[in-house]
Amino acid sequence: MARNVTKGRKIGTTILAWFVGLVIFFPILWTFLTSFKTELQAISIPPVFVGFDWTLENYATIQTQSNYFHFMANSIYLSLGSTALGLIFAIPAAWAMAFSPTKRTKDVLLWMLSTKMLPAVGVLIPVYLMFIRFGLLDSRLGLIVVLFLINLPIIVWMLYTYFKEIPGEILEAARMDGASLRKEITQVLAPMAVPGIASTILLNVILSWNEAFWTLNLTTSNAAPLTAFIASFSSPQGNFYAKLSAASMLAIAPILIVGWFSQKQLVRGLTFGAVK
Amino acid sequence: MATLHTKSAARAMMAPAVIVLLIWMIVPLAMTLYFSTLNYTLYNPFSTPFVGFENYSYFLTDPTFLAALANTLVLVLGVLAITVGGGILIALLLDQDFYGVNIVRLLVIAPFFVMPTVAALVWKNMMMNPVYGVIGQLLQSIGLAPIDWMTDVPLLSIVIIVAWQWLPFATLILLTALQSLSMDQKEAAEMDGAKALSIFWYITLPHMSRAITVVILIQTIFLLSIYAEILVTTQGGPGSQSTNITYLVAQQATSYGDIGAASAGGIVAVILANIVAIFLVRLIGKNLDA
Amino acid sequence: MGQIHLEKVRKAFGDVVIIPELDLQIEDGEFVVFVGPSGCGKSTLLRLIAGLEDVTGGKIVIDGKDATTLPPAKRGLAMVFQSYALYPHMSVRKNIAFPLKMAGMDKAEIDKRVDYAAKTLNLDNYIDRRPGQLSGGQRQRVAIGRAIVREPEAFLFDEPLSNLDAALRVGMRLEISELHQRLKTTMIYVTHDQVEAMTMADKIVVLRAGNIEQVGSPLELYLHPRNTFVAGFIGSPKMNLLGGNEAAKYQAATMGVRPEHIRLSTADGAWKGTVKVSEHLGSDTFLHVESPVHDEPLTVRAGGEFPVHAGDVVYLTPEPDKVHRFDDKGLAMKGNGRAIG
Ligand SMILES: Nc1ncnc2c1ncn2[C@@H]1O[C@H](COP(=O)(O)OP(=O)(O)OP(=O)(O)O)[C@@H](O)[C@H]1O
Ligand SMILES: [Mg+2]
Repeated sequence: MARNVTKGRKIGTTILAWFVGLVIFFPILWTFLTSFKTELQAISIPPVFVGFDWTLENYATIQTQSNYFHFMANSIYLSLGSTALGLIFAIPAAWAMAFSPTKRTKDVLLWMLSTKMLPAVGVLIPVYLMFIRFGLLDSRLGLIVVLFLINLPIIVWMLYTYFKEIPGEILEAARMDGASLRKEITQVLAPMAVPGIASTILLNVILSWNEAFWTLNLTTSNAAPLTAFIASFSSPQGNFYAKLSAASMLAIAPILIVGWFSQKQLVRGLTFGAVK
Repeated sequence: MATLHTKSAARAMMAPAVIVLLIWMIVPLAMTLYFSTLNYTLYNPFSTPFVGFENYSYFLTDPTFLAALANTLVLVLGVLAITVGGGILIALLLDQDFYGVNIVRLLVIAPFFVMPTVAALVWKNMMMNPVYGVIGQLLQSIGLAPIDWMTDVPLLSIVIIVAWQWLPFATLILLTALQSLSMDQKEAAEMDGAKALSIFWYITLPHMSRAITVVILIQTIFLLSIYAEILVTTQGGPGSQSTNITYLVAQQATSYGDIGAASAGGIVAVILANIVAIFLVRLIGKNLDA
Repeated sequence: MGQIHLEKVRKAFGDVVIIPELDLQIEDGEFVVFVGPSGCGKSTLLRLIAGLEDVTGGKIVIDGKDATTLPPAKRGLAMVFQSYALYPHMSVRKNIAFPLKMAGMDKAEIDKRVDYAAKTLNLDNYIDRRPGQLSGGQRQRVAIGRAIVREPEAFLFDEPLSNLDAALRVGMRLEISELHQRLKTTMIYVTHDQVEAMTMADKIVVLRAGNIEQVGSPLELYLHPRNTFVAGFIGSPKMNLLGGNEAAKYQAATMGVRPEHIRLSTADGAWKGTVKVSEHLGSDTFLHVESPVHDEPLTVRAGGEFPVHAGDVVYLTPEPDKVHRFDDKGLAMKGNGRAIG
């Protein structure tokens, strides 16, 4: 887009764009600032922007009072566990669909996509009852399986679109060169597929980390991840803005950073390859 | 490539993923369908007589359902209007040349990574609280009365929160589409004497139309299932002013223990989602051939 | 040894038959070129030989052993792909070494062979680069290097030069021919390019819709095309094929004469016509002449500086002993016939 625009126009655009960017980012920025205030400063009228006594107290309190790391650990378990499980199932499937397509491959892919469109409430009741029945309610294992299943179609799709870009002739060349199926996968396909797999992992971790239907409905405390932990602030006692902010920052910071690094892949994953 | 050996291997590699998804889709859905015909509550789970379509007629004639249906539509359409409209404008802005493009990009997409419960609570307390919220204080400072968002305009509040979360998604995808528009095309149009507005109207917008469709369809899928944002802000209230179908169904099951009615609601939600899904699957399927 | 025999080989994708039934003998050390129009099954045939596709029926015998169901690596063949199919994450050295590594050869031997291949193919200076940092011609050489280090029974090439520009193509063509002279290994080579086929081949196989139309040396095909299809396909520019009256004069359903076998005069001759386009190539001039004897323009080769222009009237006379005659099934007839009248 870089065209010769006049300096004046460029400065005008800069001001407008930064204004829009900051307005959109403001709630996050404000939460960030508030997390370093005392509870009193957090609700001071008029609000203070940066001229307050910065404190780390809230972050300390969050941990000691609410066992924050327990929830954090659950979030990590759930997102990594469901992602790992997803890859184990999706890599072979996507590999097969990309490199040995049959007439039905397209139908299978679209069908997988359509399962993603099944609204959660359509299956909530039986899953909920089965979880009660098998003692899976509030268990990490149960939730890992559910998150794995709801994200599996996206993982398969994303990997599929990446694998599709690896020219089949290269795998044929490997086959002519005497590579066994295992060598073909480990020495030729895998190194070429690493970037695609990495993006898939990123996207899936983001989606699982932020999932807030199943995690809220199927956990109470033991397996509750950060989404549920934060939800517990919805009926607060006393002063809590600063602590809510600190907890929120801790909950979103890791994913915000991961997300910033994976913008491009995100577009592709979330649109099932329809927009690259 | 397609030798017999690789073909049977391929089938074996696809099988696990296909089978687990098939089970995940069919078993619970069949059970939901079955439960929806029973008089089944968690308080008396041992007597679950068959009642045919009674749950459906109960659910569909319940004024709360009709309200929830209307709220769902308002929520989906409202968020779509804001995100698509805003997304186009912001994408056009970010497509310009200015200082700090990359940083502004990061700022704009950030809300997408904020988990729904955090987004909702931050907005409810720190933005929209009538006394301490930033918006309230801003209004007061220019001499206007603050609004009690969650009580007075609960649905609008939720629309705003959800739109804030999804605006980055729309922007990012539309921007990606915009950047794939070749300079040549625009320059050719300029040579033909087209003004900026007509270039946008006749070249840029048609080029983005597919991305816009994708944004609308994918967001609709997710927006139909908005749940956490309602749970932690208004809890569907006051009354049922901000209850959507997803929230209503979850509430029927987990709060009231009415499995039969909740299942009927779930089936209704499935039907609604399917209407959208058909379009989306078609669109993406076409894209597969290309 | 590199003897490949195809016996009643058939190939269908689902219900679509691509190769109906085909027999072909390729002898050790031969340079065989497959030519034919696009989509006629050249690549498919090559891939069947390579083992990248399963045959639907028939047998593939390599060096006397039935290889029909052997996996590609066990057939002792090496293939050079049109897209080169280099491993993008490996250096040139690793690319060339890959098949040797897969065969479990020891390091010293691998290095020796790779170095030798790199030297013969002038790749020494690029040996540590990745394929992405090479030009098309260099990539092509790496692909060939990867094929030769294995010392295969036969090389398979699928349009290896089609992605190169014209000048490089000529150079690589010579290099591959030289390679063949030196290694004396069987080579099967698929191409679209007339010149490649004519200059490189010991034996040309002309395919149409999965059928072999004719097999023979380039000269045989040029001098004695078995039917109108081969007559029209081999030779550049194409042979002029005329039906109707003109053919009847030669007691044939179709008569054919190559552009280089037509005498041109501005005074008199058998066919009168008007020059539509004249293409001056320097050494040759090709004229496209419109004549009432044929509904398409006739192509004629004139000397380098033959002084005609579009619109001029010329007279054409086919050289009688260079006329090809075909019967109503399109098959070649014996003798040149004799023009009546
Ligand atoms: N995997 C496949 N499935 C179905 N049909 C195929 C497959 N591969 C090739 N074909 C069909 O087989 C026919 C022959 O293809 P092939 O690639 O052998 O042609 P070709 O002679 O190499 O053509 P070109 O000169 O264009 O490379 C074509 O009609 C093609 O569409
Ligand atoms: Mg081909």
